[in-house]
Amino acid sequence: MKLVFGEGSCGIAAGARKVRAAVEKLNADGAVGVGITGCIGMCYLEPIVDVYDGGTLVKRLVKVDEAAAPALYEAAKTGDLAPLAKYEISADDREFLEKQTRIALRHCGLIDPEDIAAYEAVDGYKAIRKVLAMTPEDVIAEIKVSGLAGRGGAGFPTWFKWNAARNAKGEQKYLICNADEGDPGAFMDRAVIESDPHSLIEGMLIAAYAIGATKAFVYVRAEYPLAIVRLEKALAAAKKAGLLGENILGSGFSCDIRIKAGAGAFVCGEETALIESLEGNRGMPRLKPPFPAEKGYTQAPSNINNVETFANVAWIILNGGAAFAAMGTETSKGTKVFALTGKIKRGGLVEIPMGLTLRDVIFGIGGGIRDGGTFKAVQMGGPSGGCIPEHLLDTKIDYKALGATGAIMGSGGMVVMDSHTCMVNMARFFLDFTAKESCGKCVHCRIGTKRMHEILTRITEGKGKEGDVELLQELCNGIKAGALCGLGQTAPNPVLTTIRYFRDEYDAHIREARCPAHECAALKKYEIDPAKCKGCTMCAKKCPVGAITGTVKQPHVIDQSKCIKCGQCAATCKFGAIVVG
Amino acid sequence: MSKELEKMTPELRAFIEEWKAKPGNLIMVLHRVQQTYGYIPREIAIETSEILGVPLAKIYGVITFYNFFRLRKAGKYNIQVCLGTACYLRGGDDVLKEFEKQLGVGLNATTPDGMFSVEAVRCLGCCGLAPVAVVNGEVHGKLSTKDVENIIAKYCAEG
Repeated sequence: MKLVFGEGSCGIAAGARKVRAAVEKLNADGAVGVGITGCIGMCYLEPIVDVYDGGTLVKRLVKVDEAAAPALYEAAKTGDLAPLAKYEISADDREFLEKQTRIALRHCGLIDPEDIAAYEAVDGYKAIRKVLAMTPEDVIAEIKVSGLAGRGGAGFPTWFKWNAARNAKGEQKYLICNADEGDPGAFMDRAVIESDPHSLIEGMLIAAYAIGATKAFVYVRAEYPLAIVRLEKALAAAKKAGLLGENILGSGFSCDIRIKAGAGAFVCGEETALIESLEGNRGMPRLKPPFPAEKGYTQAPSNINNVETFANVAWIILNGGAAFAAMGTETSKGTKVFALTGKIKRGGLVEIPMGLTLRDVIFGIGGGIRDGGTFKAVQMGGPSGGCIPEHLLDTKIDYKALGATGAIMGSGGMVVMDSHTCMVNMARFFLDFTAKESCGKCVHCRIGTKRMHEILTRITEGKGKEGDVELLQELCNGIKAGALCGLGQTAPNPVLTTIRYFRDEYDAHIREARCPAHECAALKKYEIDPAKCKGCTMCAKKCPVGAITGTVKQPHVIDQSKCIKCGQCAATCKFGAIVVG
Repeated sequence: MSKELEKMTPELRAFIEEWKAKPGNLIMVLHRVQQTYGYIPREIAIETSEILGVPLAKIYGVITFYNFFRLRKAGKYNIQVCLGTACYLRGGDDVLKEFEKQLGVGLNATTPDGMFSVEAVRCLGCCGLAPVAVVNGEVHGKLSTKDVENIIAKYCAEG
């Protein structure tokens, strides 16, 4: 029997390598097969170990710790898996995967990402062979039939971009993969590179052939070291197999792919900023037009697609564009990967056909809110997106339908919030992010996001003024209209949607100096419940400003004029007598 | 405060020479400088500027544009607390403040003994383990403010 350890970044962080090391120590005689795979996408159950018997998955074990190593080894050696029952994945958790339709993630967590043979065994590199016998125009036509749209956020038809780059005049054309996954809370691109790097390479080769590019780059975030290592290995293996470089598979087509590491700048996810960064400059966007298809990297025609987009390409070629287009809605075809995080019960990577509802994903697959909380909103598309409230949970996942709510499909971040999340503070958090990440080139974004952040900060501190909401709206509209690039144009979205759906929270902060979610520290009020207070004096001793008084064994009192709302009393009290209002 | 100047290693010089002729090399080169010294020392930036024929002002511009590059040396243990959305929602900010409080340093600063520095970072992509902190590449997940003391003690013990 063979033990396969899920070693994506999440799995490793949760301790997968330590468990594997412990098993390998016992396995000096090699009685048990030991292997690795990437990320299956069930982050909340890591570390995950799969038990295979002759190539068939016989058991999936979850939350496996180092202490489990002897049992793992024994079971795999003897074939008696009964002692591992307590680690076996529950039927409920199995649903998380069973309810998904995986195309971009089709191999993630199932094959060894560091072994090219494992990829070839699951029809890997068959699509590029097929493509090399087709004309580039036919390849683009097939992608057009599929209806594949850019998965990085903008949702632009992929065939159209390829076609524009193909028709652009220029000796040297470039293909660029945008793996600068900057949206906080989105990690599907990382999972694809770490778990199935060859599928990215194959998708890129097909695109390069279609547009006539001979040089390609993958621009990866520096925060993803494991992804870079796995991709380097995969590129080397592909080159050795004659799938990369000069005269690929004897077809006369040549293409080289190089990795370029980013250096931590959110704006570099914008395609023209990314090109500037590739050229070694500060990543500041260029004015469009000219579009990259005409003048991109070093002013040559360039085509940029995101990782998830490329990960779909080989599947479309092998199964036909029509099979892809059969899934989804009128305006959005195929599947989309979402990173489900926040206050969700089952968080991880979810790939579903377009057209399911948000409720299907959050409650059907994600299991609803963790710790018995109540759903409040879901943030789609990170700092560029917007939040969607409960009454719109039946909105279909579709570029158009999501756009109508004021949010966006985005790159697939889905951060779930419960009743303890203050929506004003959330908007402040996102504006803090965009204000810091604004490159500073255009005034609307540079100064506009800063001003919005200042106003939101003052509202969360209870210093909001009547008219602040209207001022925010005015700023939002100005920035949307005037900013140079996608970062600025979308930065107001979190503010606009929170005002649209949670205006009452803004008003409560401004008019009543009250935070309905009890999150904003400056608006919290700490009081002692005399019925629960035992007069132990612990809180009075802890209070750094001497705001708590009382005699021993008698209920204590907090002097509100002295209280600095540090929360130490609440953290100290053993009787739950401190009430936070 | 006087400080010893860093010297360019032969390996680094060879790397820069090798990349000199390739377009868009600057970020690649700066990554290597930071890998070598843990930060980008001024004197090395000056030398790099001379070898590449790129103005120092441009190099400074690039270093300060990107979050990843640092102009000052980090502590022996660099504590990076994730403030991505998922971590923030689950209390990443409180964890960060607790580290600052217990170590008595501000954000992006190093303790006087050079042992610890504290940084806030953007999403590390381990959202399933939120809130997360990374210390010299080692990930600590599902943190609460109560874990902070133990983490610091662990690295203090390792010296």
